Order: sequence, then structure tokens, then C-alpha cells
Amino acid sequence: MEIISVRNLKKVYENIVAVDDISFCVEEGEVFGLLGPNGAGKTSTINMLTGLARPTGGKITIAGIDAIKNIKKVQGIIGVVPDENNLYDEMNGFDNLCFCGSLYGMSGEEREKKAAELLEQFNLTAAGQRPFRTYSKGMKRKLTIAAGIMHNPRMLFLDEPTTGIDVESARKIRELILNLKKQGKTILLTTHYIEEAERICDRIAIIVNGKIVKTGTVAELMASVKAEYKLKLVLGSSIVEIKAELEEKFPCCRVEIPDKNTCLLIAGERINLSPVFQLLDRKGIPVYEAKEIQPSFEDVFVKITGLARSLK
Amino acid sequence: MIAFTAFRSILQKDVNTYYLKPPNISWGIIFPLSWTLMQYIRSQGSLEIIELLPGLMAMSVLFGTTSMLAVTITFERRSRSFDRLLLAPISLSTLILAKLAGAVVFGMVNAFIPVVFAAFLAELGGINWAAVTIAVFLIAATSALMGLLIAVSAREVFEAQTFSNFFRFPMLFLCGLFIPLESLPRFLRPLAFCLPLTYGTDVLNGAIGNHSLFTANFNFLMMLLLGALLFYLCLCSIKRKWIL
Ligand SMILES: Nc1ncnc2c1ncn2[C@@H]1O[C@H](COP(=O)(O)OP(=O)(O)OP(=O)(O)O)[C@@H](O)[C@H]1O
Ligand SMILES: [Mg+2]
Repeated sequence: MEIISVRNLKKVYENIVAVDDISFCVEEGEVFGLLGPNGAGKTSTINMLTGLARPTGGKITIAGIDAIKNIKKVQGIIGVVPDENNLYDEMNGFDNLCFCGSLYGMSGEEREKKAAELLEQFNLTAAGQRPFRTYSKGMKRKLTIAAGIMHNPRMLFLDEPTTGIDVESARKIRELILNLKKQGKTILLTTHYIEEAERICDRIAIIVNGKIVKTGTVAELMASVKAEYKLKLVLGSSIVEIKAELEEKFPCCRVEIPDKNTCLLIAGERINLSPVFQLLDRKGIPVYEAKEIQPSFEDVFVKITGLARSLK
Repeated sequence: MIAFTAFRSILQKDVNTYYLKPPNISWGIIFPLSWTLMQYIRSQGSLEIIELLPGLMAMSVLFGTTSMLAVTITFERRSRSFDRLLLAPISLSTLILAKLAGAVVFGMVNAFIPVVFAAFLAELGGINWAAVTIAVFLIAATSALMGLLIAVSAREVFEAQTFSNFFRFPMLFLCGLFIPLESLPRFLRPLAFCLPLTYGTDVLNGAIGNHSLFTANFNFLMMLLLGALLFYLCLCSIKRKWIL
């Protein structure tokens, strides 16, 4: 079931077009990623969905509610984790969480219980009584995420959840996101980490210069770009001398020599290895290893966004 | 119900994190003390505390509320924690009222500090306390709203401070506290009658010193009307400037 639907959304700040006529939808219970470089319009999009910014045009429907007309109704069922850790510096972790819960009408008892639970879950129990300003960046990020789920929202919007924190904490946060998904929550996150999007998102929209250039699962996005076939050969001696001959005999292949004993054959279609091996054998060059290299999601991303840039 | 819980919580947080901080409390005590001392020295000992009281109360409220709200809100906007309030499922009016409530309580407490001092030095029996309390409440509310209007236009904390002085000092001289309204130049008088503080001062003068221009009820009505107008202006400009 479609829970978030965005149609022809547009945001113009004075004369900067931050979001340019984008449309997408998010299914209930999925992790949906907005992946794009700096300044692509990810935060602007989240801000419009959550009521922090007013769209210049377009339509947003969240859980069947018109989110532009009735944003307060929507805000009751969503949780937001902004790109900056914006809790209250003077207040301690526990009080910060309780305060956030109270903004959603949680009773005193309810919020104290939930705050203690979340501190425990995020390994922050010991720091719970310390002012927020004394937290490290990773701790701040974790508490900010905890604050976003304090009121048990149906949907969670995360703006760059793992930017600026170490690998281990980032991994924990990703685990947490997947756990929330298991509980049936719908999650929309933005990121500029390709790997993060690939690992945790069910579907991804690639956004560049305010426009969504492609949407789909990782597999769909990979398939959408006609990839090159790459073959890596590890050899017993250098083939620098026969590079020209190789290229002449196999005109469909490009030959690259990244280092002395390695050679990359790149072609638009699968490469038949027997003639290559025969030639190398005749030249007395032993072949120790031959491996087909799959294009990474990163290659695909670069291709898709590069394409978009050159179109602009 | 959500609105009530959130309101109480925002008020409580503001009182704890801002208004109960030692510098703010000491300001409430030092200001009336030093002002009284200054007046005392100037009058060479022949000072009637009762005559000073309306001015002291009005100034304590005005200084306490306008800058406090402007500064705390600008501060929260800078650190982006204010976004949390804008993201909460409570109406903008509830949010504004909760923010105002903290400043109003702070202003009212400030206003009564000089009264506590005065109680030791003068006979305060003849004062109409009901009128004084309502007037102080309304001065606090309208000053806080003015602080909010300033906060909406300021980006930095220092801007908020500068803007609030820009309004406060002219208001003090126009409201009839130091210069009687009758002695104001003719062209300034309409301006004086646009200031809620003018009506508040008039109530205080009437209730404490028995000399006022208008009836207390008229003054209250004018303050309520000006307060409603300020509230409306705040709401509009917040919608325009804060929800980008
Ligand atoms: N308040 C604003 N006023 C003017 N321009 C803005 C404002 N906010 C964003 N922009 C512009 O809109 C564009 C998109 O910005 P946005 O913050 O949405 O990008 P982003 O994808 O979140 O980038 P990042 O990865 O750096 O967070 C940028 O060109 C930015 O300069
Ligand atoms: Mg961003």
C-alpha cells in the first residue's frame, strides 16, 4: 500500500530551484532512500514532507492526508531526524527525550519509561544524566535518532542518519533502521553514501540538481545502465609489449594495464577467452587467474548521475 | 490533550533552562535596587517610594520580557532546536502561547520584586492590587509579543538584543512614565497612544498613585486589543518567515 505519494513537487528559494518537479511514492513498510550529491535537494524535499518548508508547487499525500493542507495531522504520525543534531544543549539526554515525547502528548509516566528504554537500546544509559552538549558527535546522533522515534511514529524521516560518525556507530544505526523496518515502520532516508543506500534501502530514488533521475530497487537501477564487461587477468609476466597486438587482434576490447602483471579487458559484450588465452600461450605468458568484474552500484550511480549532469 | 501536555512541557522547559538561570534572577533584583538607589541619591533623600513604584514595575516587566523572549527564541532558532517545536503536532498558536507564557511569568515575577522591597520601606495598604496584577500581566503579555515580533525578524542573538533596545527605550519615554503624556510634543502623542505600555502605565499610576488619564477598564480593553493585534502579526510573520 502506498503511504507517501509525492506529485510534481517543486521548491524555489528566491531564485534557486532546489527541488524541480519530482514525483515518487513510498510503500508502507519499506525503506526508501533519496540518494544524491550535496545540494541535490534532499533536505529541501524532507523539509517539505515534514512541514518545515512550504512547497512552491505540487502535491504531497501522507497516509491519505493532504500534507500541504493538513500538516499538523501528518506530524502526529511521523518522526523526523534532521541532518543536524538539534536537541537542547542545556538539558540532559533523558530530559531531552522526555521533552520530545511530551510534544506528542505522551504522559509523564509513558515518556519516562520510553526514554529509559531508548537510552538503554542506544547504549546511552550512563550518559543519560549528562547535558547534551557534553556528548560526542556519535552520541548526539544516536540521541537525535532516539528523539525521532520517542513517540513511536508510523513513519520515520531520516536526513543523513550516518553522516559524520564512525564506521561502528554508523553500522549500529543501519541495524537500528532495519530493526525499525522489521517492526513495520516506513522509513524515508536521505544519504549521499552509495553503499548505505545499497545496503539498507528497498528502493532508491537518485536525485541530482533537484530532479529525480531514476527510481527503483538496486537490481533495477543496476540493470537500467548498460554495463561494460570487464575481465581481469593476473599474468606471470608483463604484457606491455603485446598490448598493441592484443588490441589489434580483438578490436572489440579495450586493454588497460593497471600494473605490471595485471591486465583488464573491457568490452561492450561478453568476452570469449579461448583466443585470448591461445595468444598469451603462444607468447609464453602464463595466466594465473581470470575474473569477470561485476560493475558496482557505485559505477552505476556515477553513470546515472553523470548522465544527468551532462543532460543539464 | 496533546496541546495541553506540550504547552505545559514547553513552559516548564523554558522556565528551567532560561528563566531560572542565576544571571536572569540577579537581573530582577539588581535592576530595581540600583534604580531606586539612583533616584534616592538624585532626590537628596526626600524620596517617596510609592511614586517610584509604577515606573519600576513597568520597567522591570518591559526589560524582563521583551529581550528574554527575543533572545531565547533567536537562540533556539540558531541551534535549530526550534524546528522540534515546529515539527510537533501542535498548532502554531499553542506554540506561541507556550513560549509567551514563560516570558509572561518571568516578567510578572520581576515586576513584583520591587514591590517586595517597597513593602519594607513604605505603606502599601491603599493600592488596588487586582488592577495592578492585571496591568502587570497585560504589560508582560504585550511586551513579550513585541519580543516575539522582534525575534521573527532577527537572525542572530545580538540582532535580537539590538532590535529590542531600539523599541524599548523610545517606548519608555513615550509611555508617560517619565514625561507626562500632556507634556509630549503634539506630533508624538498619537504614537504614545499606539503603545500598550502607555495604557499599562496609566493603570499602574491610577492603582498605586491615584492619578490616571483613563479608567482602568478602558486601559485593559486597549491593551487587550493591541495584544490581539500583536498576536495576529506574530502569527502571520512566523508563518511567512519561519516556515520557509
Ligand atoms: N533556505 C534556503 N535558502 C536558499 N537556498 C536554499 C535554502 N535551503 C537550501 N537551499 C538551496 O537549495 C539547494 C538544495 O539544498 P538541499 O539542502 O535541499 O540539498 P541536499 O541534497 O540536502 O544537500 P546536502 O547533501 O549538502 O545536505 C541548494 O542549492 C541550496 O543552496
Ligand atoms: Mg541535506
